[in-house]
Amino acid sequence: MAKSYEIRLSGSGGQGLILAGIILARAAVIEKRRVTQTQSYGPESRGGYSRADVIISDEEIYFPEATNFNCLLALTQEACDVYLYDLRDSGILIIDTTFVKNLALAAENTYELPFTEIAQEKLGSPITTNILSLAFMTQITGIVKPESLKQSIAESVKPAFVELNHKAMELGFELAKKYKK
Amino acid sequence: MQGNEAVAYGALDAGVNFFAGYPITPSTEVAEILSVELPKRGGVFVQMEDEIASICAITGASLAGAKSLTATSGPGFSLMQEGIGFAKITETPCVVVNVQRMGPSTGMPTSPAQGDIMQAKWGSHGDSPSIVLYPDSVKESYELTIRAVNLAEKYRTCVILLLDEVIGHMREAVRLPDMANVRVINRIKPTVPPHWYKHYDENQKYLSPLASYGEGYRFHVTGLTHDSHGFPTNKSSEASEMMERLRKKIDYNIRDLVQIESHQMEDAKIAIFTAGITARAAKAAIAMARAEGIKVGLLRPLTIWPFPDDAVRKMLRNVETVIVPELNQGQLIHEIQRLTKDKSDGNLIPIQRVNGQLITPNDILRKIKEVS
Repeated sequence: MAKSYEIRLSGSGGQGLILAGIILARAAVIEKRRVTQTQSYGPESRGGYSRADVIISDEEIYFPEATNFNCLLALTQEACDVYLYDLRDSGILIIDTTFVKNLALAAENTYELPFTEIAQEKLGSPITTNILSLAFMTQITGIVKPESLKQSIAESVKPAFVELNHKAMELGFELAKKYKK
Repeated sequence: MQGNEAVAYGALDAGVNFFAGYPITPSTEVAEILSVELPKRGGVFVQMEDEIASICAITGASLAGAKSLTATSGPGFSLMQEGIGFAKITETPCVVVNVQRMGPSTGMPTSPAQGDIMQAKWGSHGDSPSIVLYPDSVKESYELTIRAVNLAEKYRTCVILLLDEVIGHMREAVRLPDMANVRVINRIKPTVPPHWYKHYDENQKYLSPLASYGEGYRFHVTGLTHDSHGFPTNKSSEASEMMERLRKKIDYNIRDLVQIESHQMEDAKIAIFTAGITARAAKAAIAMARAEGIKVGLLRPLTIWPFPDDAVRKMLRNVETVIVPELNQGQLIHEIQRLTKDKSDGNLIPIQRVNGQLITPNDILRKIKEVS
């Protein structure tokens, strides 16, 4: 594993990306690794841009914002267009084809799945898209262990929603196993 | 834990038992957490009608014996300036946390900037020496909040803690120290009988005991220039005595107040001078530049006011070039300029950005390569 791993989760406000970032960061803390989690978002609580950066490392992390991603998750076309160029050559790109229709640059390791549609269809609501795609991402990249993610989700969401989110997580893991290149 | 959370828990561990404030992005989490935690511990949380009322409330609470703190951002910080001046002239301990955002005015509420560095020193009218601290991590936000409360108590003044938006909202893994290892300073109490008490007493270090209202001591508090009992005066001798005391309590205690971090400066030919989040970018740039054999280091003030003049003079003697990256149109760099009398301007290189984005390690690395 790389000494320092940079992940950007991007999309629009309301998609739960900052929560996904917090959950990923907490999973890394559970594994006793060094981690920073930062975010950037507009003043609106829904719509507008939103992104969460997570850097996981075994050394001290100086700059906490991701600048050259090992992995980019893009849930909207705008996010994909803006951040795609900062993905490393060997980086992993994961896009939600529900909203991303146009890929300006062919990344080497691209995974294209309609996460929002899948969440709607299999889990009854698009609200779990963040956890579904986060679980998919962690399984593809192997950046944190499945059980750490599970524990982190349980510690991060309200008790009433743990079961639903764990379901979304399991579905994300399954999809990743199916599609992993 | 978030930077703002660390500030809230630092305040609690330092013994803060009164918070009055008006929520504002990107500082809201400080108020949010204290609104839950203070009442549990017997403290008081008040959401005020605005920031002017907030600074007045924490000043009043402090005079009644509380350890008080408020948190705000640029627009609120501007409103608080008159109250900050009042706390300083009345020598009332309190802490103002300013989580900076893009300005001027309401600016960009969720975007980082380091535009309040000069305002933190000069924001209030009249000469009033300032103590301003500036952390660069979540852990340091906790530590410097405790230090801010301690210095406020010790020096009887309004201490300002400046955070960057990114530091306030960033999450990092932090292990807070055992309370047994946290050093808490409380204000000096008068030992004289009430009729001998002077609200502004002189001593060697210019630190005078402070009685609280309700303890039997009588004193007068006014924003007017006052004598040692606190009553207004127009006598020039008493005015200069008061102004000198305000100045000397900072100037005579520089060693206690100034804190700096010197990072890989031993053999550096190029130095970077910056604070807060921009120093984190600088450290990353230094690691990259050193991998290519460029000798570069960082001098980072944890206390930006009073300014670390001696450390900066030493840095200027030892390096050929100083790079000053900051998220404003040039504030820290003026202080370096003030101290670079015998150097040509070519040796002082600014990197400035005010568009809501951070200065990145690559921005700094590019400049390092240009000058090396």
